[in-house]
Amino acid sequence: MSSIHSAVSPLAPTQPVEIKGKSLWDHAWIRLKRDRMAIICFSIIVFYATVALLAKMGLIATPWSDVVGASYQAPSSGDMRLWLGTDIFGRSVFYKVIHGTRIAMSVGLVTAVIAVPVGVVFGAVAGYFGGWIDEVIVWFYTTLSSIPNIMLLLAIAYSLGKGITAIYISLIATSWIGMARIMRGEFIKHKNREYVIAADSLGASNFSKIFKHILPNVSHFIILNFSIQFISAIKAEVILSFLGLGVQGEPSWGVMIDDAKLELARGVWWQLAGATTAMFFVVLAFNILGDSLRDALDPKIK
Amino acid sequence: MFVFLVRRIVGSIPVIFGVALVVFVLFNIVGGDPALQMVGKHATAQQIADIRREYGLDQPLFVQFFNYLKEILTFEFGRSYATRQKISDMILNGIGPSLSLAVPAFLVTTVLAVSIGLVVSYFRGKLIDRATVLLCVVGISIPSLGYILFGQYILAYKMNLFPISGFDYSWSGRIEYLVLPAIVWILLSVGYDVRFYRTALLEETSQDYVRTARAKGLSEPRIFFKHVLKNSMVPIVTNVILEIPLLILGAFLLESFFGIPGIGSITIDAIHNSDLPVIKAMATMTSLLYIFGNIMTDVVYTLVDPRVKLK
Repeated sequence: MSSIHSAVSPLAPTQPVEIKGKSLWDHAWIRLKRDRMAIICFSIIVFYATVALLAKMGLIATPWSDVVGASYQAPSSGDMRLWLGTDIFGRSVFYKVIHGTRIAMSVGLVTAVIAVPVGVVFGAVAGYFGGWIDEVIVWFYTTLSSIPNIMLLLAIAYSLGKGITAIYISLIATSWIGMARIMRGEFIKHKNREYVIAADSLGASNFSKIFKHILPNVSHFIILNFSIQFISAIKAEVILSFLGLGVQGEPSWGVMIDDAKLELARGVWWQLAGATTAMFFVVLAFNILGDSLRDALDPKIK
Repeated sequence: MFVFLVRRIVGSIPVIFGVALVVFVLFNIVGGDPALQMVGKHATAQQIADIRREYGLDQPLFVQFFNYLKEILTFEFGRSYATRQKISDMILNGIGPSLSLAVPAFLVTTVLAVSIGLVVSYFRGKLIDRATVLLCVVGISIPSLGYILFGQYILAYKMNLFPISGFDYSWSGRIEYLVLPAIVWILLSVGYDVRFYRTALLEETSQDYVRTARAKGLSEPRIFFKHVLKNSMVPIVTNVILEIPLLILGAFLLESFFGIPGIGSITIDAIHNSDLPVIKAMATMTSLLYIFGNIMTDVVYTLVDPRVKLK
């Protein structure tokens, strides 16, 4: 109010009024909060993550390998363990789905947490420095992406031998590329903008220009890519495990679906239904949340 | 045009070399002794030695790499360990079945997706648009294995509409066996494509020339079908062409499930049999096809979009 009163004399020095600008993130947050679908999807993901964490800590659904009924018992209400029936050995399909959730969520998280930063660093360095560094990095990821993704995944998982580590490595090796491509493009766009030149004239180091100045301006791509990588890692794990190259001796969704392909002819549908439904909801939640995030973070819409 | 083509092919040599290097390192170094992987745990020393000699694994690594490059250039990958067939013949025989599934399924998907994309982007924001968008996101969230297994179970096994799996090289036989996998393929991919084409069309409707056309007082259908549609042919055609190189790969899981003896099935069988020479050849060949497909894409792209000039 004081500034309005003092405006009687326009030239009089006014008290500095603190104007708090809204960043891209503030706007995005406001928009996301209004988006009820996005909130629901976020809650679904949090729910899956909680289930996975509780299963990991051994608080729920343990042990999954206990025999809880006859072989191929149909789903029944009552005992929680029989909600989704039993598998060939009489183990609870519901517990297996929960442990599948644990595996899927950890594969998604580990892959995204490692692959996205790797992609950011490679893409940023290539785009920022240009020259031979750029050429080498671009050659490297063009080579990797010239091998059809599924072939590369299969080849890496196969050569490393079966198991969850092979899955992690093959997924990380293939999924940093998308992020690197986007980051390289953005860094090329940003590196000659005025704010970067200004930082340069103030003596900012390359490191600080890349990570302190440019990176925050392109960080919304990282969030979007994170959710994309999370989904594709979950899907790829299921396919690799289904092909017998993935998780061994643990109830991953892919292993369950692999078992189910022989059970269907006997009318045993619950193992397949359990695994695919569980996978469906988490992928759906990520897809919708990803779309909402993209809309919310789009600087063109305000 | 010829110069452009030659330049693109020469330019892809480092990438082809890179692919060969990656595949070689993966299978001959990272994977451990290839001979041991092929024969399994219960082999005699003599068997291992025989395999080493047949596949040249007794030679130094750089000689092996050199031989492998020679294999790529001559398209002569030796014989499969599991079936003793010549691998180059296996690949050539696999392309036909793969394409006879992939091409019709791809065409139908594209026509369907472009049409739906057109309708919903014309009615953008209306109920039909929002419902389709929701349906698409639900569709692409259903796991592909779910589509395949439930499709096979319900349509073939329960309702007896189609054979469960198999393949016949005669044309009528192909149709009989390929309809169901083609339907599953279409269901699997139409959601992605509709989303893509809808976005491309909507992006075009936010361009300046559309505002100008509206300001001129042109009718909405005229703006949409005359101006927008013509301009959005570029992203549409680009996307179609970009997907063509992938068709040669077929659909791994679909082929394997429906017993179609294509590239995908051969690869998955090879993985189950630890048939290293075949996996290696498949990884190499599909990558090469993919690289050349991309070069062709660039060529066609320059023909479609007048803004892109041959460099």
